[in-house]
Amino acid sequence: MVESLFDWADPTTAHFWEAASKEQLVIQQCGACRQYQFYPRPFCLACDSDDIGWVAASGRGTVYSQTTVHLKAAPELGLVTPYVVAVVQLEEGPRLLTNLTGEACRIGSPVQVGWRSRQGQAPVPVFGPATP
Amino acid sequence: MLMTGPDREVFISGVAEAPLGEVRDHSELSMIALAAREALADAGLTLRDVDGLFVNYLGEEGTVQVGEYLGIQPSYSDSSDLGGAAFVAFLGHASAALQTGRCRVALIVYASRQRTRATRKLNHWNEKATSPQFEQPYGLPAPMGQFGLLAARHMYEYGTTPEQLASVAVTARQWAGLNPKAWKRDRLTIDDVLESRLICAPLRRLDCCLVTDGGGAIVLTTGDRARDSANTPIRVAGTGESARQWHIPQLPSLEASPGVAAARAALQMAEVGHADIDVFEPYDASTISVLLALEDVGFCGRGDAGAFVQEGNLSITGSLPSITSGGGLSYCHPGALGILLVIEAVRQLRGQAGARQVPGATVGLVHGIGGLFSTAATAVLVRG
Repeated sequence: MVESLFDWADPTTAHFWEAASKEQLVIQQCGACRQYQFYPRPFCLACDSDDIGWVAASGRGTVYSQTTVHLKAAPELGLVTPYVVAVVQLEEGPRLLTNLTGEACRIGSPVQVGWRSRQGQAPVPVFGPATP
Repeated sequence: MLMTGPDREVFISGVAEAPLGEVRDHSELSMIALAAREALADAGLTLRDVDGLFVNYLGEEGTVQVGEYLGIQPSYSDSSDLGGAAFVAFLGHASAALQTGRCRVALIVYASRQRTRATRKLNHWNEKATSPQFEQPYGLPAPMGQFGLLAARHMYEYGTTPEQLASVAVTARQWAGLNPKAWKRDRLTIDDVLESRLICAPLRRLDCCLVTDGGGAIVLTTGDRARDSANTPIRVAGTGESARQWHIPQLPSLEASPGVAAARAALQMAEVGHADIDVFEPYDASTISVLLALEDVGFCGRGDAGAFVQEGNLSITGSLPSITSGGGLSYCHPGALGILLVIEAVRQLRGQAGARQVPGATVGLVHGIGGLFSTAATAVLVRG
């Protein structure tokens, strides 16, 4: 079961999902050391400052690693086997887990964010080949 | 009271496997009782002597549930959940408890019927607050998805090949052929592995561990009591552990693996070098796990492990006999493998490993991993 957004959202991550509902990718940036981070926390992992804010990510990144999954996913995820799960490194530095869509990407390929809609929940960021 | 002198040394004085493979005539708790009583008899002790209890994955308040079943009221309890590495980490935890007089006889136990109860699920591990938001939507099957990502990155950075991964599985199967208790003993070829179905590419079915029932028990004591053991006590010479990340994108690099810190600590404490290790028991949840373990512990340089395995170094005639039971890939993988790695190392160091005995083995290194490549624990064990 995927819990609804309502079940697990916490105040620390609410802004991420509000932005996601408008198909905008936001990440945190530290006001003190300017480091970016993902996923959201109420403090800076790099310098321990609590001067942490939100900024729009460029939505561009590169594939750090990827695996094509040949097992069936939970049906509510809407993933058709085989599907690609990847770690994408954002241009700003942080990495996130995601799915790769569209034509095949390789490790090191430039990618850009897109969005996969979900029933009753905010869309999730997915990535596809970057357009020049 | 902090002990000094020879009695400060901690020994594994008893080991036993629980029933392995497919177990239908026992519960997890009765499997534990069988293994615990056999391991204690091996140590010349009984359940009455046990005052330290170490368990993982056995329910809420696991030490209480298991203790009641065994009739033990431990003065020292530990159920630190480091995943499958916990049982290797427990060697360090138990050593500290024994050395400070918190307990006199420590018992580590585990059992699972994940195969016959069909409880193994790849998709529903990540129940903590952040995972449902940022990982679960993407359908990464845990833990083989994480291992697939690690394998793909290892191939990209170092040129590791599918044949090199497959050679780990073939090596494990060769060892399993020498172990009458191994689940899979028939011959396996590189082509068999490469032709098995894809699970989480580049990993195929035969790159992944077994799903079996099983478990075991380990008894530790200080030097004075270890002398009661019917067998050669095996000294816990060095231990180390590390917990790194839950979500795989939070692992900064392959070089930052939790195994690096765990192994460094254990080797330093034991004051031994890599060349001193006669037998290596890595946690082979998958073929890539073994390559990473070889590099994390430092037997190989980064990126060299694939060729190292392909050259036959892990075989019975190789420079570093490893996976000597057949491992999680071919002998038994009851969900958490760490306890069986320790038991196999003890058997090797006692000279009780039968057809798979590494001649003259006196120093062994066990390297456990746990969670989603999240944790690691290393122990250096020495005969005498």
